[in-house]
Amino acid sequence: MKRRFDLAEVSRRELNQALHDASDGESFEVANPRGAHAVACGITADIDVVVRGSVGYYCAGMHQRGRVLVEGNASTGLAENIMSGRVHITGNATMSAGATGCGGLVVVGGNAGARCGISMKGVGIVVGGSVGHMSAFMAQAGNLAVCGDAAADLGDSIYEAQIFVRGDVESLGADCIEKEMRPEHIGTLSRLLAAASPVGDGADPGDFRRYGSARRLYNFTIDDVDALEAERTGVVR
Amino acid sequence: MTITPSHDGMAPLAASDPDFWHLRESYTFDRNVIAEIRRAANTGIYRIRGWGAKRRLPTLDDLVFLGASMSRYPLEGYREACGTDVVIGEDRAERPVHLKIPVTIAGMSFGSLSAQAKEALGRGASAAGTSTTTGDGGMTDEERRHSATLVYQYLPSRYGMNPDHLRSADAIEVVVGQGAKPGGGGMLLGQKITERVAEMRTLPEGIDQRSACRHPDWTGPDDLEIKIGELREITGWQVPVYVKVGAARPYYDTALAVKAGADAVVVDGMQGGTAATQDVFIEHVGIPTLAAIGESVRALRELGVHRRAVKLIVAGGIRSGADVAKALALGADAASIGTAALIAIGDNDPACEAEYRELGTSAGFWEDFQAGNDPAGITTQDPDLSARLDPVLAGRRLANYLQVLTIETQILARANGKSHVLNLEPEDLAALTVEAAAMAKVPLAGTGWVPGAG
Repeated sequence: MKRRFDLAEVSRRELNQALHDASDGESFEVANPRGAHAVACGITADIDVVVRGSVGYYCAGMHQRGRVLVEGNASTGLAENIMSGRVHITGNATMSAGATGCGGLVVVGGNAGARCGISMKGVGIVVGGSVGHMSAFMAQAGNLAVCGDAAADLGDSIYEAQIFVRGDVESLGADCIEKEMRPEHIGTLSRLLAAASPVGDGADPGDFRRYGSARRLYNFTIDDVDALEAERTGVVR
Repeated sequence: MTITPSHDGMAPLAASDPDFWHLRESYTFDRNVIAEIRRAANTGIYRIRGWGAKRRLPTLDDLVFLGASMSRYPLEGYREACGTDVVIGEDRAERPVHLKIPVTIAGMSFGSLSAQAKEALGRGASAAGTSTTTGDGGMTDEERRHSATLVYQYLPSRYGMNPDHLRSADAIEVVVGQGAKPGGGGMLLGQKITERVAEMRTLPEGIDQRSACRHPDWTGPDDLEIKIGELREITGWQVPVYVKVGAARPYYDTALAVKAGADAVVVDGMQGGTAATQDVFIEHVGIPTLAAIGESVRALRELGVHRRAVKLIVAGGIRSGADVAKALALGADAASIGTAALIAIGDNDPACEAEYRELGTSAGFWEDFQAGNDPAGITTQDPDLSARLDPVLAGRRLANYLQVLTIETQILARANGKSHVLNLEPEDLAALTVEAAAMAKVPLAGTGWVPGAG
């Protein structure tokens, strides 16, 4: 049986405390979120939460287990630092969706704004539409799949995360390059899209292109003119 | 400063030798400047180092206490109580932080420091009744175990950020900036990105890591207020939330941190240390600790929260009980130490002199914390070097040092007739220089003049 919380009547504190105290297997329905911030953040139990309406910042922040479904849009920092489990919104997400996520899956049915997957550390992110500029900025690990287009400076200063884009990429950021789509990458993307279903249904992994780090920024470039001179002249300074 | 002989083995001229008195060293291009230009020309990379600003700055040394005399009476050293406890977060947190002494240990990461050094800090602080702080790299089990009160830093990079650690912390410190580099992110060079450090930070081993300088999911004080709300929701409103800023615009930064909902504001002056940052950042960005305290206090007073709902922790070049007492008198609720704590556990130990010389440096000058080859076993991830630091003995040294800081603070508080160190006030102080008088807003000694006070 679903436990119902109407945020027009109960506080966010009561809702979140109930979610934190929940046992595995419980189900929750949240009505009238009306853009509230930090709704359903910090969940640690294997529960199902459905939010009927749009949410503000940090919805399902630091999510650790279970599934959160938002029927609506989400503002900044959707599922930020998600560790595991699944967070799915049917609408659009604004900035920094899935930021610093360490694991689990973030699914955005519509578009995601700027810096989607910023500093991601292992999370899988699937966006049904397009992503804004500087998505996967400083992304460290994990996979970002974009069924639509990517705006400017995709993957700027990226580390070991992988980006898959089906549509157009406006421009790549510093040290981000296109890479060959080998069978193992098709496999990774296929599994990611299957997990994100229904978002991404019907998208052919073979239509995506892969982007990642050129690894040119990993170490500082340090010259040693003195050593060159010593080699040439035999004089050690 | 690194003194290396020239290639033909001749030692630099001795300034004491009268034969060379006609030689005049340039004030603008002194030997240190020349060495840096030559280093830059050879390597093509900016200087990276640890420690805080090394240049001469107006400091708390430029203030003196007036003491008691005709108009107020002192307290007896061994007979009359002088409290030293500080409580943080009592208004909003279910479990406020209770410190027995007004000195805390500043954030320093595992990664920049060895596990042994982190353990030593935890042991020393716990014995003295105060807190330690994690750093840019997450929380280790060792430091949680050895720190009775542990503050968990929430940083732009979010390296190792884990909600389980967040909930196990006794307080959360949202780091906006630090005194060594307001506006800059941390650095950890490849030598120190070992397998364990790389795994904790989800980075490739051996890379030269440059941390983010801006939080990934909030910009500005309005967002920060929402972020602090999220952190409180996730931790069930159990623990206090601090906001740490580098001393840049302390009046506005403090006011905005209060507005964002902080239980404590940590203001870190430019003398505050770092494990590795560009030298140009360390020496040229931010303002001295002395200049920051009064401005932060002014903001807290105007908002009606000073010494009440929001506490002020001051860091950056705190070395002695005199520094602590002066910071408190200017209005801080506690002082925080980093560099001094490392020195207490063995950083720059003259016993390592032979090895410092091999590294082209000397005890008292060692600052290459980024190099990972610290002979004292503190700023390293090398297992053999780290093993040199005995965390039990080093912890005892830190506890002793913290005790001295506390007793010195009490000595000065009693001398000014205060039964609690937090009763110290600006009226107990005078400034020795015009600069210090203007910055600290206390009168120049022997006058009633506070420059700029109208």
